[in-house]
Amino acid sequence: MTKQKDSVLSDITIEARNTVKAFGQGDHAVRALDDVSIQIRKAEFFTLLGPSGCGKTTLLRLIAGFEMPTSGQILLDGADITYLPPNKRPVNTVFQSYALFPHLTVAQNVGFGLEMQGRPKAEVAATTERMLALVKLEPMANRKTSQLSGGQQQRVALARALAPKPKVLLLDEPLSALDLKLRKEMQVELKRLQVETGITFVFVTHDQEEALTMSDRIGVMSAGRLQQVGTPRDIYTKPVNRFVASFIGETNFLPATTAPGGVRLDCGAVVEVATQAAGRVTLTIRPEQVHLSQDAGAIPATITNLVYFGTDTHAHARLSDGSAIVARIPATDAALTIGQTVGLRFAPGAALVLED
Amino acid sequence: MSRAEDAQSRASDRNGWLLSAPALLLLALAATGPLLIVLVYSFLTPGSYGNVEWVFSLDGWRGILYTRDIFDDSMKLADAHLTIFWRSVKLSLLTTLITFAVGFPTAWFIATRPPAQRAMWLFLITIPFWTNLLIRTVAINEVIRNEGVLNSALIGLGLIDQPLKIIYTDTAVLIGMAYVYLPLMVLPLFAAIDRFDMRLLEAGYDLYGSRLAILRRVILPIVKPGIIAGSILVFVPSLGAYVTPRVLGGGKNMMIGNFIDLQFGQGRNWPLGAALSMALLVVVTAALLFYVRAANKGDTPHG
Repeated sequence: MTKQKDSVLSDITIEARNTVKAFGQGDHAVRALDDVSIQIRKAEFFTLLGPSGCGKTTLLRLIAGFEMPTSGQILLDGADITYLPPNKRPVNTVFQSYALFPHLTVAQNVGFGLEMQGRPKAEVAATTERMLALVKLEPMANRKTSQLSGGQQQRVALARALAPKPKVLLLDEPLSALDLKLRKEMQVELKRLQVETGITFVFVTHDQEEALTMSDRIGVMSAGRLQQVGTPRDIYTKPVNRFVASFIGETNFLPATTAPGGVRLDCGAVVEVATQAAGRVTLTIRPEQVHLSQDAGAIPATITNLVYFGTDTHAHARLSDGSAIVARIPATDAALTIGQTVGLRFAPGAALVLED
Repeated sequence: MSRAEDAQSRASDRNGWLLSAPALLLLALAATGPLLIVLVYSFLTPGSYGNVEWVFSLDGWRGILYTRDIFDDSMKLADAHLTIFWRSVKLSLLTTLITFAVGFPTAWFIATRPPAQRAMWLFLITIPFWTNLLIRTVAINEVIRNEGVLNSALIGLGLIDQPLKIIYTDTAVLIGMAYVYLPLMVLPLFAAIDRFDMRLLEAGYDLYGSRLAILRRVILPIVKPGIIAGSILVFVPSLGAYVTPRVLGGGKNMMIGNFIDLQFGQGRNWPLGAALSMALLVVVTAALLFYVRAANKGDTPHG
């Protein structure tokens, strides 16, 4: 009973506590997950983002129940489900390969979970119909899955996983097999489904743009560790380390030394920025926060290359100490030429100091 | 289609026939020809010392099910023949079931080995093929006969004090046939399981399926073509088996194959033997058609 009360009070659906997952034995053991703790809230679109091999899929498989952690716990609504098999967990997965049953029709695929739960036939039929409507596949109900396009198969996989109304829906890079246009459509579609169903979505991807556009919160992973958890805006504007800063979006890294009121770049310019660090640091600034300036305090730089992107131009430049920097110059700005010396200014508050 | 394309396709058609001519000729001479002879013989009268007399008669066909009473010359149902047919069908079905029960886990095991090991396991499965069927069957005889390896071991261990009477029973025939035909079940099952997408197991498990439910609702329906192919490959030769029932069944526990042989030998009733052969062919063809029907019907599953 207390457990129930806890879960009502807290809005955490899925929680991983100090989970470690090691593959292999002894000296050859590889830690796919290295002491990861994470709390995912109710009705949240949560994305696990990271390069391949970072452990995000392993974490997903622990939540689904396909793997058991070497140590640590997985909790669902406050109850320990670490060792519960997948067929006993109210958690469903949309697989990267879709894993649709080739011998069943679309409707039979969607109804499979409900049927396995032993729901009455009428309920299975009704829910299947609703789910097919939700993913707009009613006309395909009696087709074999092999007769569908990739995007349609994707929708069947979604409907099949949503039909038993799981508490958490896990999505393992579900869009990676689709072409760009379809992927954009499905991103919107997924977000719509998540809002309409109110189910917690845990989405795994290596595509940072996908993560930024769809998620309520993002957990960035690297080398088996959770690097940062936060809203897309937090992650983008306040990365906690060099990995997060470079993995999400493009950014500049400039070597610097702490100085009173900020940091002194190696080229000599002082940038006002809040920091508790001392000594050698790295200053990071997004290209769109670097502006051209005629001011006296502007940092001098020499243009080395110009890449035209239509809405803006990426100006690659070199500071006097030789460090490279990229600035996004709006297309309306004055024409630049390679070799020209310009003044650069950082948008106030946009630069960050990283200790890594 | 243009005239040139038409001519070309006709030319390639002609080339195809020419290329397959040797095989077609061989089939005509070696398969269809003898079959026709057997068909004709089944409608003739038996000669006194074997062979046939060229007098039309339906006695060969009648003799499949009926036998002429030696006292009043009336026709009555031949119980002995029916016993042999029933034994043949029963033993063949049981052989198919046993090879499936043993072969499915074996095929699953092989298909789930790392690819590098699979060839080795498949090779081990096919090793018995390299040995003569008669020798293998005699070897089984050596294992199960009253003073054989099995009984000596059991008696030596004190588990039994009288030898198990297995040899020259239906059980002996069953053991022998299951052993001989097992690879024919394992290989098509392996081929089907090898194509099976193991990720579907996770999908079924994720969607609240128990292990048994996944086996029944996911694995078996998908590998069904392999099950059907294996069953045909085992059932058909079992039904016509000759060597195994002869060596392990003794004289009494005949199957159709031995019964046919008997008619051409001591029985001196070639027309009956020919009629039995044709009947067996018809039954096997009917069984095949039934299997294939069942396979196609399976495309619209229950649920």
